[in-house]
Amino acid sequence: MSRPEGIQLMEGNHACAWGAIDAGARFYAGYPITPSSEIAEVCARELPAYGGTYIQMEDEIGSMAAIVGASLSGKKSFTATSGPGFSLMQENLGVGIYQEVPCVVVNIQRVGPATGLATQPAQADVMQARWGTHGDHPIIVLCPATVQEMYDFTIRAFNLAERFRTPVILLSDQVVGQTYENISLPDPASLKLVTRKKPGVPPEEYLPYQPDENLVPPMAAYGDRHILHASSTCHCETGYSNFKYGTNRQLLTRLKDKIYNYLDEIIEVEHFGPEDADVTLVSFGSASRVCKYLVGEAEKEGIRVNLLRLITMWPFPDQEVQKALANTGACVVAEMNQGQVINEVNRVNTTNTPVHLASGIDGELIRPEIIMTSIREAVK
Amino acid sequence: MAVKLSYREYFKEEALPLMWCAGCGNGILLRAITDALADLEIPPHQVVVSTGIGCWGKADDYMKTHGFHGSHGRALAFGTGIKLGNPDLHVIALMGDGDALAIGGNHFIHAARRNIDITAIISNNFTYGMTGGQYSPTTPLSYKTTTSPIGVAEPAFDVCSLSEECGANYVARSTVYHVTQLKRFIAAAIQKKGFNVVEAINTCPTHFGRRNIPGDTVEMMNYVKEISISKSRYEKLDEEEKAKHLVTGELVNRDRPDFLSVYREINPAASETGRGEGK
Amino acid sequence: MTKTENKDVVIHIDETLCKRCGFCIEFCNTKVYEADQDGLPLIKNLDQCTNCRLCELRCPDFAIKVEVVNNE
Repeated sequence: MSRPEGIQLMEGNHACAWGAIDAGARFYAGYPITPSSEIAEVCARELPAYGGTYIQMEDEIGSMAAIVGASLSGKKSFTATSGPGFSLMQENLGVGIYQEVPCVVVNIQRVGPATGLATQPAQADVMQARWGTHGDHPIIVLCPATVQEMYDFTIRAFNLAERFRTPVILLSDQVVGQTYENISLPDPASLKLVTRKKPGVPPEEYLPYQPDENLVPPMAAYGDRHILHASSTCHCETGYSNFKYGTNRQLLTRLKDKIYNYLDEIIEVEHFGPEDADVTLVSFGSASRVCKYLVGEAEKEGIRVNLLRLITMWPFPDQEVQKALANTGACVVAEMNQGQVINEVNRVNTTNTPVHLASGIDGELIRPEIIMTSIREAVK
Repeated sequence: MAVKLSYREYFKEEALPLMWCAGCGNGILLRAITDALADLEIPPHQVVVSTGIGCWGKADDYMKTHGFHGSHGRALAFGTGIKLGNPDLHVIALMGDGDALAIGGNHFIHAARRNIDITAIISNNFTYGMTGGQYSPTTPLSYKTTTSPIGVAEPAFDVCSLSEECGANYVARSTVYHVTQLKRFIAAAIQKKGFNVVEAINTCPTHFGRRNIPGDTVEMMNYVKEISISKSRYEKLDEEEKAKHLVTGELVNRDRPDFLSVYREINPAASETGRGEGK
Repeated sequence: MTKTENKDVVIHIDETLCKRCGFCIEFCNTKVYEADQDGLPLIKNLDQCTNCRLCELRCPDFAIKVEVVNNE
């Protein structure tokens, strides 16, 4: 099948796969799991024609490992999964973060814990995406809400991964992943793609973990004459293990700073509805689509509601949320979990704005009345 | 005559002394690997060594080739991505017995089934050395370890039989005593396409030997030497004696097509540059 | 560094790398080595060295180098 062009009716997962291919992904390793498997299926069918490789690994531990390995060999690589698989990927996600390996992990969230309501939608992996792998670490997480964004944000995820030399998570959910919508596919040649910076020094001078001014080390690939030593053990600029006092502090500080010093390149939110409002909804992903609908519905009841949609979930948009809280009467956080983002909202709530939770945990797209009830409560 | 390459092209001499215990054979195995690479004259930048976790998982710190040190049991899973990301590379996975066959057992059997072009070199010292001498999937039945103080209740895996059954192209067992044989098998495994396994029976005087072999480092090495016999001699033993011995030698040498060859045959476009490549 | 020569071979032993495992002493076919009190290999019978280099290959610590100085 040739690449679809122009306006297409497409499933979110298919849009994600095409976004990855258009972003230059040439390696996919994965393990089948609903509701993400269509991403694997498109890659299995399409990657060979692009000179790429699809491999179905024995589990998600191996899938995550394989995409880290392929990226170190110079290929843009990714995987896709859902809750149980995302849990298994946490181990080697940490390896990717510590070794600074650009790659993309797509999580089409479903209800958990455990097998949960397989395979109905949820948004309950927000904190797992942030802290799922052990140890201190930064992470970049994007939340698409439409099929178009499944395509666009997958490309953005690859660009951020390559720019910052780090794994990026596309945190979607079953509703967004398996909805069919019209999307507009751009000419691939028109896309702005980012590719990791290669070493600018001769091989004998190359230190694989010596950062540039922007704190990101230029990256050789396995097979280059620039020798690349990537270690999951605490390492210094050489890449070899190093247990001297101060080395881990230096490494962890740089890993954090290389991302947190450049938040303006990463943080993205969407403001929807009137500027001044009685109630500001904070939401993301599929739940934010219900919120958009409710901006109009609440107006009918005489309540002015607007929406702050989190596109970047991690690093958390502290300033944007803080500003929104300062400029509203009350806040309702609408999320399909028992309350994860609300804790982050409260963390930055320096104005003591009343914050309410609208929680959807029924294995379906959050019902409007759940959010509406919270809105009415907020203006009481 | 051209100047022969030295193991020093691959071995990071400035990292000496090695971190392993006195009488641990990991250093001997490292020398055999670097000697084999030198004999084969493979440029160091065309080699990636992928290690797991454990005593033998530290081996990458002593290599000047490309190196990867990942998580426990996953050397083959990372190695699979490394190989498929750049099929021109020689990928050598260095794993211990617990690393390869307990936590990494699933990756191991599937790497063999797939026949992915990776050389797996297993340092089998019958125990988890790094964590203090617990029993592993290769600890012989009834042998003592810190977690089997009276004797281990589980039978051991035969690494080579398992590899053969799962589909490896080349399977050989040697020991850190039989150093020239060991190097020969490693060189053969690296040269051959497909999933190739060399099991190196290794010494662990500190943990395994202390609890099971009376004597010191030398007695530990003598144990390794004595349990290892050729197939023809092994077959003459009675069942009780067989249980105390391991067959050394080239045990499997066949030519199943490797994963990538089959993948490329089925997907002819995959072997070409492809229309989207290089953008 | 111990360095002892005969007409064909030189054996270097790096005392700082040697961990005194005793493999070289025990497994030398021609009994070139003997153990010092602390287990360090001493070269006793260099004349018997056949330059098989097994001691070098079996040294787990890269502490032995056998060099041919006069290739006939």
